[in-house]
Amino acid sequence: MKYSYYPGCTLKNKAKDLDAYARASARALGFELEEIENWQCCGGVYPLGSDEIATKLSSVRVLNEAKEKGQSLITLCSACHHVIKRVNDDMKNVEDIRTRANNYMQLEEPYAGETEVLHFLEVLRDVVGFDKLREKVTNPLTGKKIGAYYGCLLLRPGKILEFDNPENPKILEDFIRAIGAEPVIYPYRNECCGGYISLKEGEIAKDMCGNIVDSAEGFGAQMLITACPLCMYNLKKSTDEALPVIYFTELLAEALGVKGEVDNA
Amino acid sequence: MQRIGVFVCHCGTNIAATVDVAKVAEMALNEQGVVHAEDYQYMCSEAGQAKIQAAIKEKNLTGIVVCSCSPRMHETTFREAAERAGLNPYMVEIANIREHCSWIHKDVEEATKKAVILMRAAVAKVNLNAPLKPGESRVTKRALVIGGGIAGIQTALDIADAGYKVDIVEKTPSIGGRMSQLDKTFPTLDCSACILTPKMVEVNKHENVTIYTYSEVEKVSGFVGDFTVDIRKKARSVDMDKCTGCGVCQEKCPSKKTLSEFNRGLNTRSAIYTPFAQAIPNVPVIDRDSCMKFQTGKCGVCSKVCQAGAIDYEQQDEIITEKYGAIVVATGFDMIKLDNYDEYAYSQSPDVITSLELERVMNAAGPTKGHLERLSDGKAPKEMVFIQCVGSRCSDDRGKSYCSKICCMYTAKHAMLIRDKYPDVNVTVFYIDVRTPGKNFDEFYRRAVEDYGVNYIKGQVGKVIPQPDGKLLVRGVDLIDNKQILKEADMVVLAAAIEPNPDVRKIATMLTASIDTNNFLTEAHAKLRPVESPTAGIFLSGVCQGPKDIPETVSQAGAAAVKAIGLLAKDKLMTNPCTAHSDELMCNGCSQCANVCPYGAISYEVKEINDHGVRETRRVAVVNNALCQGCGACTVTCPSGAMDLQGFSNRQILAEVDAICR
Repeated sequence: MKYSYYPGCTLKNKAKDLDAYARASARALGFELEEIENWQCCGGVYPLGSDEIATKLSSVRVLNEAKEKGQSLITLCSACHHVIKRVNDDMKNVEDIRTRANNYMQLEEPYAGETEVLHFLEVLRDVVGFDKLREKVTNPLTGKKIGAYYGCLLLRPGKILEFDNPENPKILEDFIRAIGAEPVIYPYRNECCGGYISLKEGEIAKDMCGNIVDSAEGFGAQMLITACPLCMYNLKKSTDEALPVIYFTELLAEALGVKGEVDNA
Repeated sequence: MQRIGVFVCHCGTNIAATVDVAKVAEMALNEQGVVHAEDYQYMCSEAGQAKIQAAIKEKNLTGIVVCSCSPRMHETTFREAAERAGLNPYMVEIANIREHCSWIHKDVEEATKKAVILMRAAVAKVNLNAPLKPGESRVTKRALVIGGGIAGIQTALDIADAGYKVDIVEKTPSIGGRMSQLDKTFPTLDCSACILTPKMVEVNKHENVTIYTYSEVEKVSGFVGDFTVDIRKKARSVDMDKCTGCGVCQEKCPSKKTLSEFNRGLNTRSAIYTPFAQAIPNVPVIDRDSCMKFQTGKCGVCSKVCQAGAIDYEQQDEIITEKYGAIVVATGFDMIKLDNYDEYAYSQSPDVITSLELERVMNAAGPTKGHLERLSDGKAPKEMVFIQCVGSRCSDDRGKSYCSKICCMYTAKHAMLIRDKYPDVNVTVFYIDVRTPGKNFDEFYRRAVEDYGVNYIKGQVGKVIPQPDGKLLVRGVDLIDNKQILKEADMVVLAAAIEPNPDVRKIATMLTASIDTNNFLTEAHAKLRPVESPTAGIFLSGVCQGPKDIPETVSQAGAAAVKAIGLLAKDKLMTNPCTAHSDELMCNGCSQCANVCPYGAISYEVKEINDHGVRETRRVAVVNNALCQGCGACTVTCPSGAMDLQGFSNRQILAEVDAICR
């Protein structure tokens, strides 16, 4: 199975791990990530300005690219997923944005939200299946108590992201079980890390991340996993790395026995 | 040739502000058969009706059209007026120029044009109307009440006291309903059981009342005055005549792991059980899904310990078929499931409970024997937080759009009772608005605030955060201080929205009674006929019609009883003459009409038919006029056009369409 793949800028520098472990794991699980050519930055933040479309066009380009290849589009970074999924929803459901974006793009066939946007975790859950994943695990992480950290970008707005129940998600917990570890459920797992506020009001982000880490530790987590480079940055920076925070793809690669390939490359 | 009069109503400004009523009357005179037309301020008033009657007599009218409100509002009024003037009531047609025209349009010219067209269609129809004569049907002097909560009990008692037989069908093993689960009742704080139990006993002892518990309505046929109902009496596995209600079977039953429905799943019950001590009848049932005897074949302890020999593992469900003149729906409510409200941690923490669960916790017969304690560790709470409007007044599809009406008052009750019995416990209530309309209700709420020191905070809660040490952190907002609040709590109580009993959909379908988008049964008129369903002979009692507290439920239960009694007091009812009939010469016996008939009114006869001199034996459709409700499904289905509806014949409908398209 081949998928179009949108890594995004961060995965090309700060979050190379997130990307490399995902690619190795995908190979081990039997699907291929075909990176979209000449993709551009998603913008990092979903543009709420409803009167301009320029900031949505990079998403429309990759979405249309995937459509022309007849493939679903896989994302990995929470922020990129959030932006592209929401722009896709706009293209499908908001006539004004669709018309103006297509007027600008002048595509052979107008784009109207046809591409299916999947987060890598959704592929694991809905295409591979966590039961099948469990069978492919060669190196189960037995005994590890792991707290899933969702953040907000993957979950909200729930009706558009359609990722999981925003108030009580379970996809990462199911993932943790599938790789043989024990999930720690703590109430702050779907709370915001502060996002970009850490650049301007560091203390606020520090408080927010402090609550998350304290709660996870309090309920017995030995480490946190996330899919978001910004969450990772904030959690590490604001808490002096009190609790290890790693990308979920790293654990996946480890469980599938392909982590060495990446680390030694 | 008809002589038709057209009467255009202003309805004050309701119609006249948007429709040029004089113009409609003037245009009417151009229509075929119209010999009289006039407009008047209120046609439904006595003076308006007198004008109609005068015109009928003076102009010798054979049919009339009233251009006014919906026929659901005043068709009967105008038919009766015409009848008093000697005109057959079925020679009256209504052109609905209010709901279908003036209320939904703004432009006077366009609205007038439409009103004229609606008038034309009605005139075209009246031109083809023929006098119809209603038949008569008998009234069975027995009522059925579906649901044995306080609403059903009160309705049944009132009907029975008036001297009519009444049956109660209750799904659970005992009557009593939600009220039996409550500890105290507002605004007087008397104990719920103390006022309910005597009523339960009274209804059980009443010579005119038969109670079927652990039973469900399975099938309903017939019509107003003459319903036939199948009631499934589920196998109790206990002989009701032999059982003495001693309770030994429940004590000795080794299977005690089933969550108690009565205690909202907060503790467990045995497989053979009565829901609560004061249950009526005081005869247990065996829950076969959790009984070891039924599941594994091994056990039989209850049978061994029963001195009366009442246990009957072989008992089968029984179908009772009974005839009724009137049916009262009193199916009640449940609290919504909180799956959509995970931010309140209801499924994550045993110390987050619903208000109904708190009723059980506060009740001496409940899971904690009436001690207020945390369900996680049994410790006494020091800080309690109540959250109002969980799923009520909700603007998206997570919850209900309506106000559940009872929560403000029962929360004030809970807060007051806790402060009274445990003065060292702090109680905080988060609310959107405090709504206390009702006699002595606001005084009650103010007592909670002023005399009992309950801390009311205007604002909603965003999240309940379980802490590693077992406490709960409530994050909300104080809208008056305009600040975020983080409040530590030992217990959180959610005032979950109430919704109609989920079974009501099935029951409404059987009764052909309409329900709204929230599954509440619709009343025939929101203001003027609040306890009747639009389906004749069906009455509404209690929360099945809309959220209500106990005083209001009891009032409505009495009102529904009065309406039912009014029906049962009649010996005969006039039947609707607008029924279908089949033209034998055109019918080819294909059965399509019978397949679509929702009332089972169509059957087939093999008949000798004289088809233009040719005699042959054919299978033809026959309509039972007593069962036919005139819905018209058969007439549009019939491929050969043999089915026609009196009063709404194909010719009449097409004449209306032609008039509209003209």
